[in-house]
Amino acid sequence: MIRQANKSGLLFSGSDWDFKKLSRVYDEIEALAIEELRLDTYPVQMEIISSEQMLDAYSSVGMPLMYRHWSFGKHFLYNELLYRKGGRGLAYELVINSNPCIVYLMEENTMALQALVTAHAALGHNHFFKNNHLFRQWTDAGGILSYLDFAKGYIARCEEQHGLAAVEAILDSAHALMGQGVFRYHRPPKLSSERQREGLRERLEYEERSYNDLWRTLPPSQEADKAEAKGVAERKKALNLPEENLLYFLEKNSLVLEPWQREIIRIVRAVAQYFYPQRQTQVMNEGCATFVHYTLMNMLFDRGRIGEGAMLEILRNHSNVIFQPAFDDPRFSGINPYALGLDMMQDIQRIATVPTAEDRDWFPDIAGRGDWREILLDAWANHRDESFIRQYLSPALIRKWRLFVLADGADEPHFEVSSIHNERGYDKIRSALANSYDVGANRPDIQVIDVDLLGDRQLRLQHRVKDGIVLDEGSRDSTLRHVRSLWGYEVSLVAVDAQTGTMIHERSTSQIAE
Amino acid sequence: MPIFIDRRLNPKDKSLGNRQRFLRRAREELKRSIRDRIRSGRIAEVDREHAVPMPQKDTSEPAFNDARDSGRRQHILPGNRTFSPGDLIPKPGESGDAGGSSPWNKPSEDDFRFVLSREEVLDLFFEDLELPDLVKLNLKQILSFKSKRAGFAATGSPTNINVGRTMRNSHGRRIALGRPKQAELDAIFEQLAMLESEPPSATARERIPALREELERLERRRRRIAYVDPVDIRFNRFDPRPLPNASAVMFCLMDVSGSMGEREKDLAKRFFVLLHLFLTRRYERTEIVFIRHTHEAQEVDEHTFFYHTQSGGTIVSTALAEMHRIIEQRYPAAEWNIYAAQASDGDNFATDSERCIKLLDGKLMRLCQYFAYVEIIDERESHIFGSTDNGTSLWRAYSAVEQKWPNFQMRRIAAPADIYPVFRQLFARQPALRKMA
Repeated sequence: MIRQANKSGLLFSGSDWDFKKLSRVYDEIEALAIEELRLDTYPVQMEIISSEQMLDAYSSVGMPLMYRHWSFGKHFLYNELLYRKGGRGLAYELVINSNPCIVYLMEENTMALQALVTAHAALGHNHFFKNNHLFRQWTDAGGILSYLDFAKGYIARCEEQHGLAAVEAILDSAHALMGQGVFRYHRPPKLSSERQREGLRERLEYEERSYNDLWRTLPPSQEADKAEAKGVAERKKALNLPEENLLYFLEKNSLVLEPWQREIIRIVRAVAQYFYPQRQTQVMNEGCATFVHYTLMNMLFDRGRIGEGAMLEILRNHSNVIFQPAFDDPRFSGINPYALGLDMMQDIQRIATVPTAEDRDWFPDIAGRGDWREILLDAWANHRDESFIRQYLSPALIRKWRLFVLADGADEPHFEVSSIHNERGYDKIRSALANSYDVGANRPDIQVIDVDLLGDRQLRLQHRVKDGIVLDEGSRDSTLRHVRSLWGYEVSLVAVDAQTGTMIHERSTSQIAE
Repeated sequence: MPIFIDRRLNPKDKSLGNRQRFLRRAREELKRSIRDRIRSGRIAEVDREHAVPMPQKDTSEPAFNDARDSGRRQHILPGNRTFSPGDLIPKPGESGDAGGSSPWNKPSEDDFRFVLSREEVLDLFFEDLELPDLVKLNLKQILSFKSKRAGFAATGSPTNINVGRTMRNSHGRRIALGRPKQAELDAIFEQLAMLESEPPSATARERIPALREELERLERRRRRIAYVDPVDIRFNRFDPRPLPNASAVMFCLMDVSGSMGEREKDLAKRFFVLLHLFLTRRYERTEIVFIRHTHEAQEVDEHTFFYHTQSGGTIVSTALAEMHRIIEQRYPAAEWNIYAAQASDGDNFATDSERCIKLLDGKLMRLCQYFAYVEIIDERESHIFGSTDNGTSLWRAYSAVEQKWPNFQMRRIAAPADIYPVFRQLFARQPALRKMA
């Protein structure tokens, strides 16, 4: 069989895969990717898993290692049910932003599918992880697995030492604030190495051991008196307020947390931060991977390395992945990032090679330049979804997708069509779509603005309300309860209109019944 | 060339710990939902898997989220066919006739049900229930032993050889004594073969005997140092552990006379099915004796007890007499914990009720650890009697017994929905009672 395949120039034939075939296909695809698309990737580690293991991976947010928490069990049950009922298929692959890049392949995949997945994940996603500036700056691909290993072990030890319930309570509260647990504007500190963490923990343990109540009874020094007089402005400066990263603030300044509880919050924070770039680059990441697999598979087919049957299977799966129903189709569930990403990247390819007059008008710097590879590599490296769409969504594509903008005021009985795919609408659609992918701007903007540590110790949070979108009351109250349990004293949340600065309402934990 | 790792053989159920944590968290809700279901459905259905809705309480994951019904938003949608700027589109009403065409009515995670295994169901269902005072009798008198693994021994029967341990010992000994490996012999054989195949030369003539001698030496040594020596062999060791005597027998007494209508029989049976399930679940070593009675009592097997019909008059004391006879015959009270549960509609001859009191008072209550009486009454009656002591002749008679003996309990059941609460009352853990014993 193999000899036959070689004779005819095909990389594989038949639908069964084995490790030899996988390896041959990978080598061929990698060579092609480097030569034709100039991709630059981490070394790859491919792991073959069964469907059950895929479900396991799903429920621990896609990581091979994760600490234990009931919410993962809940998601596991949910995914399992959907899968068993046939409501949803499982992903063919899962890829982890680590060095070496770990790619999970499902054992059920046919050889054609494995080839597709190899191109998609092992090269497309891998290149994106290694080169995109968000991942380069904000995540530590080399350190994540060892960090998660540490986190899992540390939390298991805490469970042994302090009981499941105590650890669960901290994790619940920390998870509730995960969305407010990332640094959006400045780069997070690097995950410290194993040894540094060890040293830090030793230091904490030493402090625990050598705590002496006598220090508390010393008369306050003169400097402390002065500090007291400094006033609110100085106080805020000392605490580095306002602070957008609630988890960070609580970890560093909470008055009631034990050292191990702070460490757990740190772990949750690190996980949230690690996933933050992924949320900002959905369209680009999937678009990049889809573009890579589509281009490479077609090249292999053109060179006679993939049979027609296999190519047909690949194309069928490809078109399933990039299926985008219209808004009034019952299957519509938002814009498919695979479809949008691929279309935009192919559009860039088209603009670079065969531009129209309109393209020259809109994209003077890339239209007709010819070297689409260079343009794409540059886009993959330097953009996130929001800026990518703002930069590269072309009128031609808006027409192809027939995009339109629907204005939705909560107090009006109608939606209003505000822009469609015409000369006046292109710009507006483009910027509206880009805005909708701006993760930072779409999260509720909640910051710590003040706390009087020497007074009532009430933690004051401020929610800057944009476009009148307030918080959902039920989840707001239960989340505030979590903040209170981490902070230890009362917490209040003021909603302030972002434009006018007028106060909309105030909610304090003292108003919320337990 | 990438690294390949085949993970398919890795241990499964990596998220079992998470599932257990989740179930523990949702315990109260799950318990309630299972009980509701079993109350309304058939009791025998307890004994199987159940799909339960995802509990809401305690398992929500709150976060700061935008309220959907506030503020001004923009939706960017594909597939415009007919709209022009300025068109107004009515919002989908509360009736939800949007037909999934909009991004704001996705099915939520809360609508789904998941499956609990039979064990998980029964654990939740029978939590906190226990036979009162199970370990009363002569704990010191040890009657049975159970073997338990306890390390390794140098002697034992061949069936108990621990291969892993034996081979480890043998390997260590071979290394320590320097037993020549097969590879060394093979190397010499190879050299010999090579030298012999070549044309004879001076060096060959010299080397061949030397090699043969070396070969001889190695083989001798191999013979002397065995691959597996008797000293290597280890056996699994088993320790007999005494088991405390906690043998228990449960007597199930049921009235099947003509006065018990279909409804009454059905309720009584449901009660006993629950009891049977509970006993077989909780106590491996509990024996159950089924006695049914009309004007005469007989011991029957489980199937007859639950599914066969018979009719006749009612003489309750016959059942108690039969129970006493069986205790005398097979279950000496000194060795057995004896429990009894009786179900009846309460109809009995006044004279026979007297006899019942005498039997219980004089003999049975002394022997029994616990006696539960369940009376099946009409739903209308339940309003009249409520919790008063007034009632059927048997109820009045038993009230006297209840006053005298703390280990006698009686309850009324009027509807299927009562069965489970009454069952729980009867078999709830009773710390006070346990202390008394």
